[in-house]
Amino acid sequence: MLTVWAILIDGFIYASWLFLVAAGLTVIYGVMRILNMAHGSLYALGAYAAASALGWYYSGGGENLVMAFAIIAASAILIGALTGLAIERGILRLMYGRDEILMLLITFAVLLILEDVMKLIWGTTPYFAYQPYAALGRINIDVLTVSRYDLLVLVVSVVIGVGLWFWLERTKIGKILRSIIHDREVSEAMGVNVRRMFTITFMIGATLGALAGGITAPIISVVPGLGIEVIVLAFAVVVTGGLGSITGAAVGAVIVGLARATSIHTMPELELFIIYAVMAGVLIFRPHGLFGQVIARKI
Amino acid sequence: MILEKSEISLIGAAVAIALASLVVPNWLVFTATLAISTALVVMGVVMLMRAGLVSFGQGLFYCLGGYAVGLGGRYLGITDALLLIVLGVAVTVGVAMILGLLVTRYREIFFAMLSLAFSMILYGLLVKSHGLGSTDGFGVVDWTILGFSPGSGESSSRTALLLALGLALGIALFLNRYFRSSLGLACEAIRENEVRVEYMGVSRKQVLYINYVIAAAVGSIGGSMTALAAGHVDPTMAYWTISGEFVFIAILGGTGHVAAPFIAALIFTLVRTYAIELAPNAWQMILGIVLLLIILFLPKGIWSLFTRKKGVAS
Repeated sequence: MLTVWAILIDGFIYASWLFLVAAGLTVIYGVMRILNMAHGSLYALGAYAAASALGWYYSGGGENLVMAFAIIAASAILIGALTGLAIERGILRLMYGRDEILMLLITFAVLLILEDVMKLIWGTTPYFAYQPYAALGRINIDVLTVSRYDLLVLVVSVVIGVGLWFWLERTKIGKILRSIIHDREVSEAMGVNVRRMFTITFMIGATLGALAGGITAPIISVVPGLGIEVIVLAFAVVVTGGLGSITGAAVGAVIVGLARATSIHTMPELELFIIYAVMAGVLIFRPHGLFGQVIARKI
Repeated sequence: MILEKSEISLIGAAVAIALASLVVPNWLVFTATLAISTALVVMGVVMLMRAGLVSFGQGLFYCLGGYAVGLGGRYLGITDALLLIVLGVAVTVGVAMILGLLVTRYREIFFAMLSLAFSMILYGLLVKSHGLGSTDGFGVVDWTILGFSPGSGESSSRTALLLALGLALGIALFLNRYFRSSLGLACEAIRENEVRVEYMGVSRKQVLYINYVIAAAVGSIGGSMTALAAGHVDPTMAYWTISGEFVFIAILGGTGHVAAPFIAALIFTLVRTYAIELAPNAWQMILGIVLLLIILFLPKGIWSLFTRKKGVAS
């Protein structure tokens, strides 16, 4: 019974982290039909920015926890939005209208470039920003010890998920975005500035990626290659849930999170295997993921 | 069988490389062997690209070929290089025949992601298998070929090059014909419009399946050759960034001719050798920028430079 509780707690904490990482990816795909491989690099950029900003704050004698969280959010959002804008205006804008698979390769090129840009800026030595994680401490649930920071990640993840849902379903801009998702050409004919919507969407998706990295920074050591590991996990989540669907990303994150936690607590050697096995298993029966839309092939 | 012009050129190029290997320094022989082995895997990526599929998981077959060599030598006591390669091909074809049933149902990014997932599954399994050295991998046995020992040092790397060259020549000659066979042409037709291919009475499933399995087998040979030449295998062979490199080389060369992947792989391997020494933290950036430039300005790869010069439309 204890194992079941441990699996549930670990699984949901991991799932909330997965959702944070995957949300931006699925928003960008949903609107723009671009599977953004550089999403992992934005995650890493956010982590680096937050880690160095926190390092600067704490070395200056700062101790206020709320201030630390504000710094994480501000630095990650700033770098995410700026990099997103730069990628969309500088590169993607020139490539619109090409095959989805070619866009995948273009974002792969962006990923390769960003990986080295980060090495040139931050070097190859790891960065640590454990202070907020340590300051929050741990709580006991029955006999299990859980870090408060991890629970905070869960809360943030739910807030972002609900926020995204509200943004897409209840605001004017969300309605416009849904019309683009539904039919790009008709929306354009109805007077929607699709290009500008693309810029906004890409910036928001990029910011979500960077924010996920910033929030994760206190839990991990920030090292080169971080983004490359994360991106395949995010892919697995969004493909399992169905590309382009926020609900899908949430459900995919929960499935993958629980599967991984089950594996860690019962068969630890299968940890990496199980994530991709879940994805492959779902795709065998639902080729477009659990919540994905089936697109008719042209004749 | 009458040889065509391009076949004579291929044989000529192979003979020239074999002769050159007697005089050039040892590091270049080794680099050329790695380039040829890489080109074989890239050839598999190109075969899929001709059918309109981009695989971000060709490292799966590369890794299977490599580990078959490593494990065959370690646990089955096989030391003959050719036997080890055949073992790799047999294992890979077996795996590809099962996976092919599934992945050939997918297109575009779904094919890319599913093939990526399968190679990452293998990576995950190998990393967790401590008996096989986990992330460090393990060494390959000292191999022999047809009863002869290649010796050590320079003569060993030269033998490896000749072996790789012979295999590559055979595969290139085969694929050169395959690309213009009804099966190879059907692949290109599927890329253009697969529904019409069905209307013509060709089973797209069958065509893609056979193409996928052959591409896997070719990739496995590349992996086996890399293992024999480098004398070491590790799980990163199945990591998705390695597959990404194969896709990069395939795009660099283009799908215009069987020789294109070899030229692209040679450029890639040589540039990497220097770039890692001169600017270790800018190598990936160079790759990324070159990839963007090729997509923008040379969508058919560097091979289109050769055909354009002759005034032939590619």
